[in-house]
Amino acid sequence: MKTNQLNLTFSSIPENVGITRLLIASIGAQLDLSLNDIEELKVAVSEAVSNAIIHGYQNNPNYIVYLDLDIAGEILKIVVKDEGCGISNIEQAMQPAYSTDPERMGLGFVFMQTFMDELRVESTLEVGTTVTMIKHLKQTPVSSH
Amino acid sequence: MKLEKKIERLTLFLRLDGELDMHTASKVRQAIDLEIEKRGIRTVILNLQDVRFVDSSGLGVIIGRYKKLLPLGGKLKITNVPPHIFKIMELSGLPKIINFYLDEAHAFEEGRGA
Ligand SMILES: Nc1ncnc2c1ncn2[C@@H]1O[C@H](COP(=O)(O)OP(=O)(O)OP(=O)(O)O)[C@@H](O)[C@H]1O
Ligand SMILES: [Mg+2]
Repeated sequence: MKTNQLNLTFSSIPENVGITRLLIASIGAQLDLSLNDIEELKVAVSEAVSNAIIHGYQNNPNYIVYLDLDIAGEILKIVVKDEGCGISNIEQAMQPAYSTDPERMGLGFVFMQTFMDELRVESTLEVGTTVTMIKHLKQTPVSSH
Repeated sequence: MKLEKKIERLTLFLRLDGELDMHTASKVRQAIDLEIEKRGIRTVILNLQDVRFVDSSGLGVIIGRYKKLLPLGGKLKITNVPPHIFKIMELSGLPKIINFYLDEAHAFEEGRGA
């Protein structure tokens, strides 16, 4: 059973979104995930981290975003946390095409939901938002001959 | 993200090279909007051959330029989309709104009565 934990704490600047994708891609490669799975993980992480910066911190670069990766057995858990403005209505926020920004498409949560096996959002106004995403790592089938 | 621009007969050819996310999307938005506003560009042909990643922020900027051009009687066309980029675009419904072409030549020919 593989067990691994990584915690990354970083400034809320757009340049750091690419760094979080590099990290999840490396982890995905280490776990022998398919290229397609790695691409999907990159999108999911990119969405959660972008939301923390864009919405949580309203693009203010002077805050901190937290990314925790936890691999235990066949489960990869990704937690993205901000201490920003919070979400007033989580259910509404997670609706496809819902966005509080007219320039945006409201696809972030859709992609997270589509590409991960589980998605959980916890949020408190003026306290912050925590997005937890889980991916079940498929056991490589053992050939029988 | 590297941007390569070429202008021919009020058509902007823009080639993107790199990852299209919230960081680079604003650069692409500014580049296209500048040509629309300053030079009166009405057709934008976006070549995505060398785009290695796109997320909702990137897709948002593409659809945003499409919406900006529409009331001006303009057009946004997309060419050379790598398969894994097309997959996420498809999930967003983008190909139902924006026309995709094999390459720049096909995109340029279409709509010119050729
Ligand atoms: N970390 C967060 N803090 C505060 N609000 C958030 C956070 N994440 C999401 N939201 C709210 O939820 C809405 C939906 O998020 P989602 O990522 O689905 O769409 P979007 O970010 O608006 O657009 P897109 O992701 O397509 O660029 C956002 O418009 C925002 O109001
Ligand atoms: Mg988003």
